[in-house]
Amino acid sequence: MVPLVSIAGLSVAFSGVPVLRGVDLALQKGEALGLVGESGSGKSVTWLAALGLLPRHAQVSGSVRLEGREILGAPATALDRVRGGRIAMIFQDPASALNPVLTIRKQLCEALALHRDLQGNAVKAEARRLLDLVGIPDAARRLEAYPHEFSGGQVQRIMIAMALAGNPDLLIADEPTTALDATIQAQILELLSTVRRELGMAMVLISHDLGVVAENCERVAVMYAGRIVEQAPSNQLFADPVHPYAQGLIGALPPLDGPRRRLTAIPGTVPDPAHMPSGCAFAPRCTLAAEPCGLAAPSLAPIADDRSVACIRAEASRRALLGIAAE
Amino acid sequence: MSPPLVEVSAISRSYAMRSGMFGRSAAVHAVDGVSLAIAKGETLGLVGESGSGKSTTGRIVLGLESPDRGEVRFQGKPMAAAETAAWRAQRARMQMIFQDPLGALDRRLPVATQIREPLDIHGLGTSAEREERVRELLRAVELTPAHGGRYPGALSGGQRQRIVLARALATEPDFLVCDEPVSALDVSIQAQVVNLLADLQARLSLTLLFISHDLRVVRQISNVVAVMYLGRIVEIGSADDLFARPAHPYTQALVSASPASGRRSAGRIVLSGDPPNPAARPNGCAFHPRCPRAIARCASEVPTLAAVGGNRQVACHLVTGAATRDAA
Repeated sequence: MVPLVSIAGLSVAFSGVPVLRGVDLALQKGEALGLVGESGSGKSVTWLAALGLLPRHAQVSGSVRLEGREILGAPATALDRVRGGRIAMIFQDPASALNPVLTIRKQLCEALALHRDLQGNAVKAEARRLLDLVGIPDAARRLEAYPHEFSGGQVQRIMIAMALAGNPDLLIADEPTTALDATIQAQILELLSTVRRELGMAMVLISHDLGVVAENCERVAVMYAGRIVEQAPSNQLFADPVHPYAQGLIGALPPLDGPRRRLTAIPGTVPDPAHMPSGCAFAPRCTLAAEPCGLAAPSLAPIADDRSVACIRAEASRRALLGIAAE
Repeated sequence: MSPPLVEVSAISRSYAMRSGMFGRSAAVHAVDGVSLAIAKGETLGLVGESGSGKSTTGRIVLGLESPDRGEVRFQGKPMAAAETAAWRAQRARMQMIFQDPLGALDRRLPVATQIREPLDIHGLGTSAEREERVRELLRAVELTPAHGGRYPGALSGGQRQRIVLARALATEPDFLVCDEPVSALDVSIQAQVVNLLADLQARLSLTLLFISHDLRVVRQISNVVAVMYLGRIVEIGSADDLFARPAHPYTQALVSASPASGRRSAGRIVLSGDPPNPAARPNGCAFHPRCPRAIARCASEVPTLAAVGGNRQVACHLVTGAATRDAA
C-alpha cells in the first residue's frame, strides 16, 4: 500500500546551518502520528518544509511524496491544491492566525471558496455545518461574530473548522493545545479525535507534551537535533523506550500518582545547530555514550516490527533500563 | 507543631475593570477570601487555570500588592508598611521567581552583576565578600564562575532560570514565591531545575509557595496543594492524597485532564464550557455552570471551605454535605 505521505532524507538549512538533518517518515491513511521533542528539534520545520511554507532562503532537500507524487519543490499552483485541500495545518497560537477585522463567516467562506466547489447559500450552509461540527454553540448567529468575541478554546475550534473546510486527508496540528488551560486542552483533544474518527482523516500531532501524544496517537516519533531518534507504537515507546534520549524524556516527566522519585534529568542542553557534535548529536548528554558514538551519526534502524531506533548502544540502553526496572 | 512561617488570612483583592470604552466599571474579584498557612521548610503548591487568582495571591503574599481585606503574617508578624526600613529588612527574607527569566534579567548587564545587585541594595558584606558570595551562588545553582561574566542572551533558558534563582537566593531568604518557574522550559531542562530547587530547599530549609498550572510539577515539589477557581480555594490537602483522591468536581476534572503517559485513561471528565471569566462571576458556587454534578443549591449558595477528614478541606455542597451526613 502506498503511504499517504512519505518523507525521505528531508534536510533543511538556514544560511548554511543545518536544522533538519535527514528525516524519514511515512504516514498511512487515517493514522495518528505523534511528533515529540524539545524546542529546536525540528518537529515543526519538518512539516513547514514538506508543505513549502519556509522562507525562500531556507535550503531544503530530500523528498516528500503525497500518495506517491513528489510535492517538494512542486510549482505553487500544484502546492495550492495540496495545502488546505489535501493537507491542512493548525498552529499553537490560533488568535494570530485569524484576521481580527473580518467576521468568522467571511474567513470560513474564504477557505471554502478556495477549496470547494460551492456557490451562494451552499457556502454559508457549509460554514454553519463546520462550526456545528467543532462544537460552537448557536453557530448561525456566531458566524457573524469577530475573532475577539470568542475565547481561546473557541478560536482554536474555529481554526479546526477552517482546516476542515477543504476536506483534508491529513491534519497537521502543531502544538494545538499548548496555549490553552488544562480543561480546555482536554476539550480540544477530544474534538480532534472525534473529528478524525468521523472523517477518517490522518493526523500528525506535534507536541512537547508526551502525555498528550501518548493518549492521542497510535505511533510516536521522537526527534532530537533535527533527526528522528526513535519511532514506535505509543504504548511500546512509553512502556519500553530504547533510545537514551527517549528514556530521558520519559524519566524527566514527574508522575501524577504512585511514589515520588527524584526526576532523572538529562544533563546539559540541546546542542547549538551551528556547532553540532560529530557523530551522534545526543552523545555529549548521554550516560551510555562510548567512543564509537562520536565517530558517525547512527541511522534509524529497525529493532522490531514497526519500531526503529537510531542508537548504536540500543542494546546496552535497553539492558540499562531493565536493570533500573529490576531494582 | 511549630507556627507557620507564612500565614495568609482571608485576603481579598479586586480591581476595577471597564467593559468597552464607555462601559460602566465593574469590580473584578481576583482573589476572594483566601487563607493559607505554610510551615517552615515546606512547599505549598497553588494550582488553577488562568484567571483563577493564583498569581495575584502570590504577589499579595510577597507584599508586592496589598490586599483590600485580610492580612499576611510572616513569622507571626504582620507585613511592615511598604518602603520602610522594617519592610526592606523583611523583603530581603522573601523573594520571587517568575516564569520568564529573560524578562526578569537585564540583557545589558553581565549576570554576575545582577546576582550581586540584591547584596548591594541590602548592604550585605564588604565588596570582596560580595564577590565571593556571587561565586558561591553560581556554584549553588550548578553553574561555574565563568557563566557569571556572560550576558543573559548568551545563556540557555535553563541557565537563565538558574541565574534568577541564584539572585533570589543572594540575600539568604527564608521564603520564595515561584510563579510558574519551569513552565517556559523544555521537559529535560524542567527536570533539572525542579531537582535543583528541591535540593536547595532541603539544604537551605527554604519555604516555598509554588504556583503552577502543571499538576505533575506541583505534585513533585509540594507537601500541600491548594486548588483555586475564580479567586477562591476550592480544595486543599496533602499533595499525594489530593491527586490520588480528588474530592471537588473541579479538581477531579483537572486531574483527569492531565494526560497520563500510559494508555488512554477510561472515563475522562471533559468539562463543557469556557474557562471562567473573573469579571462575570456566576452566583452561588462559581464552578456550578461547568460542574457535571451541580444541584439546585449550587446556583444560589456559595459553598465554604470545610474539613472533610484528614487535612483535606473542600468547598463543595455535594462533598461537604455528604461528609456531614456521614458524621451524623
